[in-house]
Amino acid sequence: MTQDVKFYQTGTFTVGNRLLDPELRTVQSSIARDNSLTSGHRACQGCGEALGARYAVDAAMRASKGQLIAANATGCLEVFSTPYPETSWKLPWLHSLFGNAAAVGSGIAAALKVKAQKAGLDQSAVRVIAQGGDGGTTDIGFGCLSGMFERNDDVLYICYDNGGYMNTGVQRSSATPPAARTATTMPLGPNPGEEFGRGKNVPLIAVAHEIPYVATATVADLHDLEAKVEKAMSMHGARYIQIFVPCPLGWGAASCDTIKLARLAHESGVFPVFEAEAGAITRVSKIRRRVPVEDYLRLQRRYAHLFGANPRPDIVARLQALADKNIKRFGLLEEVA
Amino acid sequence: MISQMEGSQAVAQSVALCRPEVICAYPISPQTHIVEGLGALVKGGKLAPCEFLNVESEFAAMSVAIGSSATGARTYTATASQGLLFMVEAIYNASGLGLPIVMTVANRAIGAPINIWNDHSDSMSQRDCGWLQLFAESNQEAVDLHIQAFRLAEELSMPVMVCMDGFILTHAYEQLELPSQAQVDRFLPPYEPRQVLDPAEPVSIGAMVGPEAFMEVRYLAHAKQTMALELIPEIAAEFAAEFGRAAGGLTRGYRIEDAETIVVALGSVVGTLEETVDALRDAGEKIGILSIRSYRPFPLAAVRAALKGAKRVVVLEKSFSVGMGGVVSADVRMALSGIQLNGYTVVAGLGGRPITQASLRRMLADAVEDKLPPLSFLDLNRDVVDRQLEREARVRRSGPVAENLLRDVSGQTKKPEVSA
Amino acid sequence: MLQIRIHGRGGQGVVTAAEMLSIAAFEQGRHAQAFPSFGSERTGAPVVSFCRIDDKPIRSREPISAPDVLIIQDANLLHQVDVFQGLVPNGHVLINSGRTVSELGLDEIAARMPPGHVITLPATEIAQKHLGRPLPNAVLLGGFAALTGMITLEAVVHGIHDKFKGQIAERNAAAATEAYDLLRAKETQ
Repeated sequence: MTQDVKFYQTGTFTVGNRLLDPELRTVQSSIARDNSLTSGHRACQGCGEALGARYAVDAAMRASKGQLIAANATGCLEVFSTPYPETSWKLPWLHSLFGNAAAVGSGIAAALKVKAQKAGLDQSAVRVIAQGGDGGTTDIGFGCLSGMFERNDDVLYICYDNGGYMNTGVQRSSATPPAARTATTMPLGPNPGEEFGRGKNVPLIAVAHEIPYVATATVADLHDLEAKVEKAMSMHGARYIQIFVPCPLGWGAASCDTIKLARLAHESGVFPVFEAEAGAITRVSKIRRRVPVEDYLRLQRRYAHLFGANPRPDIVARLQALADKNIKRFGLLEEVA
Repeated sequence: MISQMEGSQAVAQSVALCRPEVICAYPISPQTHIVEGLGALVKGGKLAPCEFLNVESEFAAMSVAIGSSATGARTYTATASQGLLFMVEAIYNASGLGLPIVMTVANRAIGAPINIWNDHSDSMSQRDCGWLQLFAESNQEAVDLHIQAFRLAEELSMPVMVCMDGFILTHAYEQLELPSQAQVDRFLPPYEPRQVLDPAEPVSIGAMVGPEAFMEVRYLAHAKQTMALELIPEIAAEFAAEFGRAAGGLTRGYRIEDAETIVVALGSVVGTLEETVDALRDAGEKIGILSIRSYRPFPLAAVRAALKGAKRVVVLEKSFSVGMGGVVSADVRMALSGIQLNGYTVVAGLGGRPITQASLRRMLADAVEDKLPPLSFLDLNRDVVDRQLEREARVRRSGPVAENLLRDVSGQTKKPEVSA
Repeated sequence: MLQIRIHGRGGQGVVTAAEMLSIAAFEQGRHAQAFPSFGSERTGAPVVSFCRIDDKPIRSREPISAPDVLIIQDANLLHQVDVFQGLVPNGHVLINSGRTVSELGLDEIAARMPPGHVITLPATEIAQKHLGRPLPNAVLLGGFAALTGMITLEAVVHGIHDKFKGQIAERNAAAATEAYDLLRAKETQ
């Protein structure tokens, strides 16, 4: 390396691949990337999940030298990628059910282990990922996920978190944030949208399982996301990455704002980005330039009832307080000397 | 080797002889002794290489099985009752994907009221799920059917349930012969999957299928089960040649050649029936038994051929469709369509109610005189039922049904009788 | 066919007793079938197990309602459960108790049976002596062999060694042998 490069360009925040040595550039920037989720699929314009899946799976493919099998939960990712008789997946891929991707991953890993033993190897060269949306992960698939964690099965589980059941028409999940409008948490009554005080923090629950590796990431920081996938793939046992993936359809956001929203979620403290190993948080991605939560909210029609003709600054303040709590809890701001 | 052992342990040994590569286990009575036995074999290094996973639910058990089978591993699990129901979504998925998983169902009733004893409600509830269902009459047959089941499943690329009566077989010690490893190896070649998750040849399994092809996919499953109607007897014949004893097949007749009355049944009750039928034969009745060993696919032609010469058919079932009647009876009647004979459904043994020779003799005595109603319940305690109905007519808050009935039964000394 | 019904309590090895008996019969070249009363077995709750022995394969799987032999592992059950239900007229009854048949208030039942067909055996005491634990099941099987002559002591010992290993098996075998000798001695008196 010839110079100390920061991964941003002032003013635009665009990741500066051009300024890096070739070996430090992202997988996505390489023409040799696998395109594991190849073009032609049926995802919406600006789909954060499609982007996140492409980043993550290509990084996992590179880390495993192409020796990768994926189990996939039912949901947008499954539906838009495999409309019969087509498939966008260029790796071996199995969709079974909505709530069992983690267990299917466990089964694949068990089979690979036996095959490796039969071939006289300690462990299989072929690796396993299981993936699903937040509904398939934090709600209906949670039992299987926790089982896979506690057995420490050799599976990397990737959750694409867009905060709701988007495939079925934008309903509330246990990952839906407070005050957000969904089809089952309408902006009606004194407490419009999703109630405060509900929902589940699955990354921290994963940490509590003391599995080898847990991380959160967003589609806004490609370098960080790829590095985390690569790190996860360098380890064995149960691993979990939750990727924050904006959903233009479900959130009522512009397709061109997907990356921007992901970045604002991180920079406001709404979505803390961190890593944990064996039950302890080891690193957090600091907020470089803190923004008010309102900047993040105003770009999404799912929060429109907080502004407009009958604004609810009280609710905005509560959301800001939650973000502040995250910032404090995870130490997301640089220490002021 | 011939030995005296528990049915569950024998099945565990038999499954181990089939060299499964992945076994998933979740405890539920009366299946637990089987997976405990297999767990010990894996842990002790006697069954290797094999991965034994203690999962967190039956749903996970079948899901793990789906993943491992799709990765080309010979996969086994066992369940019963509520456990079978808890994995139903994955059961349908396994057959829809065409994965040759073998599962033992230690037949047990379904609650509420919770009941751990034997009947066939669990596997019968899954008769339409696309799995093949084989029923064992004895522990020897359970041993033999598991070996045949792997062969059958893998040749068809379809999952197979081996149904054996919970407790009555699983917990019974009896004499049986376990085959040698060499014999099983000759009979059951290593698993060659039709589809496999392999980075060298990536495939997508489990894609969404719309109206343009869904019907064809489902029909193919039916076509495979139809093919199984030929394959099951072939495999049974090959088994008999290799192992020197008969087991499996579609049906087995007992003294039906000149029978005017034929009792149709499945599973371990056939043994008790044989004793009863022998006694009735001694008394001059022309009576026999048709044991259905393959319930799915249902052998319509074989059943028709066996029953068409009879004057009457009694279907003795350990399950029933509430609001309708017999489950197996409906299939038997389908097999007999166009043939006029007297048909009776007798529901028996629900929730572990003993099926005794005395009750069977009484019931069959009525049957041969055509005095049986079309649907009857063996040893039903009609008094207790009437008392509850009367209670419900009298008072709005009549309370929990099961508790009321138990109170009435414990206050009763009268022996139950056959009732319509 | 010989049908044996064993009454006892959860934790007393009632089910294991029937299984050992079936193994003993198998060892002697007979067909045997043993099965429990299929309850949710809890320690202390009344438990029943069954064993059929025959020279030909056993097909019937109904519970035994007319036993030829009754083995009662806990005499307190005599007052709680109708253990004698269905007992055949010429049957045998073996009760685990240090008391006599008269002391147990069973004279009336004993009078209906051939002499020597209702007897008691201090199986718990014998078990306590050999095993240091009140597990009467194997002891009673030794008594069963002496009482009925339907299986040999050697076969019972084989059944014990099939279910137990090492010292536990040896001690159970010794206890069963003592019971056998005790009843044989009584008979020859």
